[in-house]
Amino acid sequence: MKIESVMGKAIPLLLDDIDTDRIIPARYLKEITFDNMGKYAFFDERQDSKGNLKEHPFNDKQFQHASILLVGKNFGCGSSREHAPQALKRYGIKAIIGESFAEIFAGNCKAIGLPVVYATRDDIKQCVDFISKHPETMLTINLVSKRVRYFEESFLIAMPDPQRESFLKGTWNVLDLLKTNDILINDLESSLPY
Amino acid sequence: MAERTLYNKVWDKHKVATLPTGQDQLLIGLHLIHEVTTPQAFASLNERKASVRFPHRTFATLDHIIPTENQLNRPFLDQQAELMSKTLEYNVKEHGITFFNSHSGNQGIVHVIGPELGLTKPGMTIACGDSHTSTHGAFGSLGFGIGTSEVALVLETQTLALTPLKVRKIEVTGTLQKGVSAKDVILKIINKCGVKGGIGYAYEFSGAVFDSMSMEERMTVCNMSIEGGARIGYVNPDQTTVDYLVDRKYVPKGESFDQLKHYWQSICSDNDAIYDDVVMIDGSSIEPMVTWGITPGQSIGVNDLLPNTTSKPDDEKQLIESALAHMKFQADTPILDKVIDVVFVGSCTNSRLSDLREAAEIMKNNNVHKDVKMMVVPGSQNVKKEAEKEGLDKIFIEAGADWRDPGCSMCLAMNPDKLEKDQLCASTSNRNFIGRQGSPTGRTLLMSPAMAALAAIHGKVKDIRTFIEI
Ligand code: SF4
Repeated sequence: MKIESVMGKAIPLLLDDIDTDRIIPARYLKEITFDNMGKYAFFDERQDSKGNLKEHPFNDKQFQHASILLVGKNFGCGSSREHAPQALKRYGIKAIIGESFAEIFAGNCKAIGLPVVYATRDDIKQCVDFISKHPETMLTINLVSKRVRYFEESFLIAMPDPQRESFLKGTWNVLDLLKTNDILINDLESSLPY
Repeated sequence: MAERTLYNKVWDKHKVATLPTGQDQLLIGLHLIHEVTTPQAFASLNERKASVRFPHRTFATLDHIIPTENQLNRPFLDQQAELMSKTLEYNVKEHGITFFNSHSGNQGIVHVIGPELGLTKPGMTIACGDSHTSTHGAFGSLGFGIGTSEVALVLETQTLALTPLKVRKIEVTGTLQKGVSAKDVILKIINKCGVKGGIGYAYEFSGAVFDSMSMEERMTVCNMSIEGGARIGYVNPDQTTVDYLVDRKYVPKGESFDQLKHYWQSICSDNDAIYDDVVMIDGSSIEPMVTWGITPGQSIGVNDLLPNTTSKPDDEKQLIESALAHMKFQADTPILDKVIDVVFVGSCTNSRLSDLREAAEIMKNNNVHKDVKMMVVPGSQNVKKEAEKEGLDKIFIEAGADWRDPGCSMCLAMNPDKLEKDQLCASTSNRNFIGRQGSPTGRTLLMSPAMAALAAIHGKVKDIRTFIEI
């Protein structure tokens, strides 16, 4: 499936170093499918031990049905659990705009067709300020022109070329691509010194 | 870009092709799996009726979810743990994958058993659905964590699509002070380079401090590369590496060993290798380190004060404030003498024989403080056996600590080993993230095994150097 652009309302979470344990606590990894993961997104951040809802953008009525997440630096650091992007995707997030992402997390997002794009703090902050006042604002992330547009504003985004290509061409699931080199794989495997 | 480093050489040796996306297709020489990040990968394979391409290159263990007592009693009390374990057992059988189960005598945390069994060797590419796969870099291999979709790719094609990283050499010179351990070295490195400083880099650890480290110490350092943002951390193999590997279960003997040694030498970084970045640290200046916050980079020397937010930029201010709030600590207070409730000695960072020896040495003829609960969890069945042979278990038990069966345990608390409420835990694990040790309000101080043991005795954070001198 090609992904050239993502359109939707946005949900702000402009914090740094949000780790995968915060995105989904380990006790919710105990399932053998990803089906329920959407329910567990930011679980402990969203409710206290008695089940009372805490203040969190994911609990905020005005950001319900938003599909673009706005974050700060080093988002998704920590564990390799694909459950983290799976939880966000199944919650309804279709793309993430951030200052920077942990590598394994970014790779996991790509593997499941969830674009993560990079922008400057200033641009993200300005956008967050705007949508905090106007939560109904629609954002468009355009991977072709590498721009995000909202209201009368727009800003540039970055994305590593291979990732961008794979979304534009619809090859973000690389299985078929990897399989085409089967003979080469065989030769190299048998020539490994171990 | 870096040239003639171990990273470049091992990459080139495993490169299958350049893909149309511009990425390289890399062959994975060793694939390690466990129960938590694989069920969906196998499910996708089974759905497509696909088979595992090279089953002899994948090895499985149970570690994350396994209880640390009565491990042989099945079914496990926790039904989800039982289902996850059963699913793995079914899948490895179905696909002909070697599995170290609880009856094998070789079960344990994936990053402890790989090296211990000699599966991990220099010059390999090693992938595992776990971010601490960087541990295996201690042997001069490229070990890195992958997600579940990538686990499926490795199972089905033995390859991954990857973009090469830059290489940063981190040279730690001089000698460490007495009482300062490998854990302190890596906490210092993360503190200096930042938790995001390593994004886009592989770390090559070198210098006199690493030359004189044992393999287990090198593993502790490489293990936490990922906490500094670096997906890969490695040390060039040397005589210490060779000596460690001789006679391990999965290391060939005789002539084949000599041939392998030749390969290992060939992949070492050249003296004139080019790096994308170099960082120098004076080893003698490193103090015993303790984390005070909610990321592994929020650490200080044991005698330092917690930071304040005066004249810090906004984003940093926010990080410090939210960390202090979660930890229920005040700015500008000492970390020394903070009262702790729980001590956890374990995890793939510090649960090997040398770590347990280090902690036992401190515990000997001492008692766990009356208000402290201490848990010691060996990294593998082999570590447990060896430790018991030396009588380490007795030292811990006599001191009043809990001596458990191997597993990840309270490192991520997927089994019953958990913090309660806002307990403060002195932990030898690698992550102090909010909620990591099982309680959303639980609090973690990362430190070395000796420092954790000392904290257990005093019920407070103490400086190991003072203790050694006494
Ligand atoms: S001990 Fe902790 S960090 Fe290591 S593999 Fe287990 S859960 Fe992960």
